[in-house]
Amino acid sequence: MNDVQIMTGNSAAAIGAKLSAVQVVAAYPITPQSQLAEILSQYIEGGELRAEYVRVEGEHTALTVCISASTVGARVFTATSANGLLYMHEQLHWAAGSRLPIVMCCVNRGVGAPWTIFNDQQDSLAQRDTGWIQIYCRNNQEILDTVIQAYRIAEAVYVPVMVCYDGFVLSHTMMPVAVPAAARVREFLPPYQPHTILSPEDPRNLNPVLFPWRRENSAGVLCDGYMEMRYKLQAALEKTPAVIQETNRDFASVFGRDHGGLFWEYLTEDAEFYLVGLGSMASEATKAADMLRQEGIRAGTVGVRVFRPFPAQALREAFQKARGIVIFEKGISYGYEGPLCSDLKAALYRAERQAPIHNYIAGLGGRDVKARELADAARASWQAMEKGIHEQPTSWLNCFTG
Amino acid sequence: MPENLFKINAKEYILPGTRACQGCGLSLAYRYALKALRENTIVTLPASCLCVLHGIYPSTPVMIPCLNNSFASTAASASGLVAGLQAMNRSDITVMAIAGDGGTFDMGIQALSGAAERGTDFIYVCYDNEGYMNTGTQRSSATPLGALTTTTPIATKQQHKKDFIKIMEAHDIAYLATASPSYPIDLYDKFVKAKKIRGTRYIHLYIPCPPGWAYPPKDTVKMGRLAVETGIAPLFEIENGRFRFTGRSKSMAERGNRLPVINYLEKQGRFRRMNIEQLHQTQRWVDGKWQEYLRRAQE
Repeated sequence: MNDVQIMTGNSAAAIGAKLSAVQVVAAYPITPQSQLAEILSQYIEGGELRAEYVRVEGEHTALTVCISASTVGARVFTATSANGLLYMHEQLHWAAGSRLPIVMCCVNRGVGAPWTIFNDQQDSLAQRDTGWIQIYCRNNQEILDTVIQAYRIAEAVYVPVMVCYDGFVLSHTMMPVAVPAAARVREFLPPYQPHTILSPEDPRNLNPVLFPWRRENSAGVLCDGYMEMRYKLQAALEKTPAVIQETNRDFASVFGRDHGGLFWEYLTEDAEFYLVGLGSMASEATKAADMLRQEGIRAGTVGVRVFRPFPAQALREAFQKARGIVIFEKGISYGYEGPLCSDLKAALYRAERQAPIHNYIAGLGGRDVKARELADAARASWQAMEKGIHEQPTSWLNCFTG
Repeated sequence: MPENLFKINAKEYILPGTRACQGCGLSLAYRYALKALRENTIVTLPASCLCVLHGIYPSTPVMIPCLNNSFASTAASASGLVAGLQAMNRSDITVMAIAGDGGTFDMGIQALSGAAERGTDFIYVCYDNEGYMNTGTQRSSATPLGALTTTTPIATKQQHKKDFIKIMEAHDIAYLATASPSYPIDLYDKFVKAKKIRGTRYIHLYIPCPPGWAYPPKDTVKMGRLAVETGIAPLFEIENGRFRFTGRSKSMAERGNRLPVINYLEKQGRFRRMNIEQLHQTQRWVDGKWQEYLRRAQE
């Protein structure tokens, strides 16, 4: 039986972690994540969740605590935003390199300098190449469900998962959320059974120094070098899309909610023009697609859930019929364009039809993004594309550019 | 004292073939520390000389489970091990975090202060060889006044070393001790004691380093003894706020036979550029610290 409650995105994430029966939580407060750390403290001190809460002195330590606790076999959780995530950067690599199934929520916020506490996705987008799986959520229900799914995925492929959701837009906005029964979550997500744990019964030296080449151990077995280990991380990420889709299917059959696996689509059956984004940006784009439909433009929306590993093949198939694509992004690879745009262009390189792609940077540092503005930008792009203008410089939406 | 020698755990936890330098003071101290802590122990350490001592994958001479972590995170890693073991109902295991002076005085201080303030149940060991020796003898905040390093190559270090023990004492931790590989029984006893105490325990190892300090590898034990005998590295422990000299330092305090610092400084190439004023400053600095410890021992 589902119990529907009205709650913020941060509450949904906290309930997701509680239902996942996490055993160690380490988090450091940062707006807009703080409420999540507070709610989990409340659960643990109040006895609702049997877990160790380490009240760390910084984000670098928060993730280190998760790394080490995971190494001895515990299911761990952390959460952060913006500069906190950047402060973790070294340990993001360490966590993925250690192949630990850590789950973290990134409550997306713009990064300083100058300071902003408001939402964009530059923080997690800038962590693209750390080896983490990144899943972007579009509403509070999806946050709760994705945290639970994230443990299934992480523990299947031994790669950490970052569950990303937009600060304030979701973190502090109340929405109805169906809370699944704990017993059913336990069935869907059994306790973590690590393949290796560090213990005195089985002494090992984990994460030691490696030479560039492969090397024999004392029994004469040739063991991996650094590069083989890096290849294995990449290979694990390459098989992750299938694991995410399977997890999504299983979740949908148990709980009746399908969030789309790698990405979700809206009005795309007959679409020829696609509005694309990550997280709540894509939700907003569905309204823009509705507006364009009323004007007779056959528009649809694709919300990319999984940014890493990038579902290139599945997206290539999804955009087969596209005659035009616009990508709205709350982040940029400075000196080039939006990172989702670059990746999508690369994915379509071998497509039969090369749809024109226009890229809009929008909503940085919490600047409001209205569906009307997305519709206006998309319409202008569509008209240009119809005239054969395939390329246009990356545009900054609703921004004074002189 | 033969009966003291016999009580030391005969089992070796470090097999031959470490990658430490010839005459490494750390390998000696680490050997006795592991003997005292025994099997039911997990070690965590950062990029450091000790990380090198532990060998190159896939072989290691050390038979105690070990987690390597990034430079700033030794005590953070210990916090995670302690929390994880607690969650897994394995609180019987001793967690030892061990890092050099660079990873403790400088980069690791935030994580260590945080873990100590939280009263994390672990032993933190700083092996202080007074510089970034693993990367080739660069200056750290533990490097003494007047020492040449590769980043103070001409003018020598212009400041005294940081009094890190005071910083740790300010955290009101359960147990704090200093030890030297030149006095292995004193060192062993302190680790045995630390293992029995709950809460945050801090042990400061004063580690002579032949390549970093520029003396012949055969003189490591002698250099450690001189450090103690000149009062540069006094041996003591602080338990529940009570200060107590131990071993050689205890008899020195009673007899008043402390050697002048020149006896120690003149034997190391790193002090060859030390000027007379720096020598006097060092003597006054050591005298001041020694008097402070004497006062505390009499309290």
